[in-house]
Amino acid sequence: MAKNREFGNRRLHSLLGVIPIGLFLIFHLSVNFMATKGEETFNGAVHLIEFTPVKILVEWVVIYLPLIFHAVYGIYIAFTAKNNLGRFSFFRNWMFMLQRLTGIITLIFLVWHIWATRIQAAMGAEVNFDMMADIFSSPFMLVFYIVGVISAIFHFANGLWSFAVSWGLTVSPRSQRIMTYFTLIVFVLLSYIGISAIFAFV
Amino acid sequence: MVETKSETKTVRFIITRQDTPDSAPYDEEFELAYRPNMNVISALMEIRRNPVTVQGKHTTAIAWDMNCLEEVCGACSMVINGKPRQSCTALIDQLEQPVRLAPMRTFPVVRDLQVDRSRMFDSLKKVKAWIPIDGTYNLGPGPRMPEKKRQWAYELSKCMTCGVCLEACPNVNSNSDFMGPQPLSQVRLFNAHPTGAMNKAERLNTIMGDGGLANCGNSQNCVQSCPKGIPLTTSIAALNRDTTIQQFRNFFGSDEV
Repeated sequence: MAKNREFGNRRLHSLLGVIPIGLFLIFHLSVNFMATKGEETFNGAVHLIEFTPVKILVEWVVIYLPLIFHAVYGIYIAFTAKNNLGRFSFFRNWMFMLQRLTGIITLIFLVWHIWATRIQAAMGAEVNFDMMADIFSSPFMLVFYIVGVISAIFHFANGLWSFAVSWGLTVSPRSQRIMTYFTLIVFVLLSYIGISAIFAFV
Repeated sequence: MVETKSETKTVRFIITRQDTPDSAPYDEEFELAYRPNMNVISALMEIRRNPVTVQGKHTTAIAWDMNCLEEVCGACSMVINGKPRQSCTALIDQLEQPVRLAPMRTFPVVRDLQVDRSRMFDSLKKVKAWIPIDGTYNLGPGPRMPEKKRQWAYELSKCMTCGVCLEACPNVNSNSDFMGPQPLSQVRLFNAHPTGAMNKAERLNTIMGDGGLANCGNSQNCVQSCPKGIPLTTSIAALNRDTTIQQFRNFFGSDEV
């Protein structure tokens, strides 16, 4: 790696996790949530997205490229840490470990998820309610999706907390504590949205 | 106080030893007669007087570092019952037995409990953790510091380079070149000083280099472990804010000196 690129890379990694990846996650979960309002509503929402102008370009710029950078650099970050929860079982140290763990789980989940949906769509499959209902007909896939979605949401919510620290938005211990509560609410709300969407397909 | 009981009371130690920087570590067990007000250092001195293990094996005296004996120099840090701390203020009465002593392995082990802490002093040199006042002529008195700020800065100046925060940090290890929380908080201290602030950008640019500030993973073990209660994570977050501004200045250019 080139010299003195680390600061910029780390900051970029932190930024991309929130903008655009975090925003896309919220958008994605919101669209999924349409499934709780019935099959037609969900299919209608999916159909609308298919008409995004220059869709492939938007996908690459907003999703794939940021995600690839965030994932590759994230793996590097995760494996340079030596977790020491055994000796230091503080709350933030737990979050530190879980942030890395959920990052890896989310990556594994996303590789499968993109293969099973986006790549299948590129090969001619139609993305709709039935496609997801078919995936969720397997109990293993159901559990896998629940774990993957919860991991992604945790990683985003806790990442939002460390984003605020890394960019110097929350400096004082009190502001960081308030941010902990705020991101906890984000985690609970998005988890409710994500999980209820999954069960709409079952 | 009835002292008759303490005569039969003993203290057990399991000490991780290592003969040379490259040799394999091994454990040795010692048992000492209890004395009131014992600390880990007085126990180690007792073992040095008669280095015989529980098994009756005559061994070498244990090597460790110490200096001030009042928790201000930072030299006697070691891992005591799993936690890095100063051995001078580790009172036997407050420790669970057997007392386990090990070196802080984040640093290169010299021998037994003795570690080489030079990387921290190198970091201080790297970030210029001092106020440059030397010149070829008298520069006169510097700007005054508000009393309130001085009191705040005093807390940061309590850092004794003991190494506990580096030992506690999951991101300071052999896989990474992270300098750790200790020099970062000193950057904040010297940037806050009215004269030190004249080199603020220089220090910020140094910690924006490889192995610097951005390596912090916010586990916040450092602030929980610091024996001096230094607000290390507040310092790190404040520096994050300063470097955010500095990186924009570097990128877009600025007439700020």
